[in-house]
Amino acid sequence: MSVPRYWREIKYRYRLIGELCTECGAIIFPRRRLCPHCGCRELEECKLSETGTVLSWTVIQHPPKGYEKYAPYVVALIKLDDGAQILSQVVDVEPEEMRVGLRVEATFRRVREDGSSGIIEYGYKFRPIIEEP
Amino acid sequence: MKTSRPVGIIGYGAYIPMNRLKASEISRVWGGCAEPIEEKAVASIDEDAVTIAVECARYAIKRAKIDPREIGAIYVGTESKPYAVKPCGTIVAEAIGATPHVTAADYEFACKAGTEAFQACIGLVSSGMVKYAMAIGADTAQGRPADPLEYTVACGGAALIFTLKSERTLAYLEGSYSYVTDTPDFWRRGLEMYPRHGNRFTGEPAYFRHIIGAAKGLMAELGYGPEDFKYAVFHQPNVKFPVKVAKRLGFSMDAIKPGLIVPYVGNTYAGSTPIGLAATLDVAEPGDRILVVSYGSGAGSDAFSFVVQDAIMEGRPRDLPVSAFIARKRYIDYSLYSRMRGKIHL
Repeated sequence: MSVPRYWREIKYRYRLIGELCTECGAIIFPRRRLCPHCGCRELEECKLSETGTVLSWTVIQHPPKGYEKYAPYVVALIKLDDGAQILSQVVDVEPEEMRVGLRVEATFRRVREDGSSGIIEYGYKFRPIIEEP
Repeated sequence: MKTSRPVGIIGYGAYIPMNRLKASEISRVWGGCAEPIEEKAVASIDEDAVTIAVECARYAIKRAKIDPREIGAIYVGTESKPYAVKPCGTIVAEAIGATPHVTAADYEFACKAGTEAFQACIGLVSSGMVKYAMAIGADTAQGRPADPLEYTVACGGAALIFTLKSERTLAYLEGSYSYVTDTPDFWRRGLEMYPRHGNRFTGEPAYFRHIIGAAKGLMAELGYGPEDFKYAVFHQPNVKFPVKVAKRLGFSMDAIKPGLIVPYVGNTYAGSTPIGLAATLDVAEPGDRILVVSYGSGAGSDAFSFVVQDAIMEGRPRDLPVSAFIARKRYIDYSLYSRMRGKIHL
């Protein structure tokens, strides 16, 4: 990813900012020009919920370029508590511990880096909710 | 040092990565039997001082129940900056939603970089320049393989948010004291991956001289003795040093026990003293007085006296204590540790 593109998306990637369709009320992430549900162009920024539930998941053994050092890693489809659906890495969990219905929360991690001299891309990932012992 | 207007802590948060490496695993690989701690926390491959600082900051804001846009200063104390040139503070500020009307920077003073940030934040709040100021100590400490330091160097951090003392603050500051000299006990030159240290020289002329100097200086300035403090937190590079310095200053084991997390977490460098303070605030009752003394090689100590307020009890059932992060763990072996900490070069 180019540095300007990363910079433009910082707010959305760091703080889980999505969009709310003012017509049908759908929550959209990542942001788009049109609501994918009703085609409305009137979208407002909204903060997404930072907790959710795993709907489905897989383990990436052969990652795309830039993600090699993190493999194998878990990617899950997560339904956030506000209704939005998001695709995200899930960390601090072994693949054998993953299950549909697992409760997860947002965390802030390194997502990718451009070698040892380039930019480090940070952003959201999810992890099992930390609870009191 | 006393502030012109009373300053308090309105929020704090700690974070410790979940990976643990047992000291016995290091002994298995490199030999040796003098294990200074039980186990240490190790950052995952996608964690660094910035991600740890962001986690701490978010927990601190949650506890403080404040709007992050009202935070006027964010200082990150660390000696494990992911970038040689590019501040951690700006990334933290962006991640918590404090930008753009905020001052942000990084502090470097070995293990006391975090408490150095306390001093700056306290001054800014007391002067009225900012409403809230956040100080973070976070590190992913480096230790050369087979070096005695490798047993203890660990990853973690804690953040504190300072503001003027009120009914909402969890504890207020009575005073602080800094004690600094040029003492070359531990250093890392530019572009070097691992630090070097003066072995036994790190003890008496370094750790003990500065901690005792700062602690005695503060107690003399405030007119207190060790009997006036319910709890004390001393920088914890291993178990032996804070226990020994507590005894020399006249503090009991009961006073330092809540904040003594090093046996289970390791030395989180700039995060060490702030996490110890966070763990102590987790159990302290209103009216308890806490002495906090950091130590950073190079060398210096910052001492603080805090008195716990009634508001500490309000968030306690809701907010995650440090013990939750200590209990959350996954053991790794030396191979995975080497991969996570970048010790294997392909």
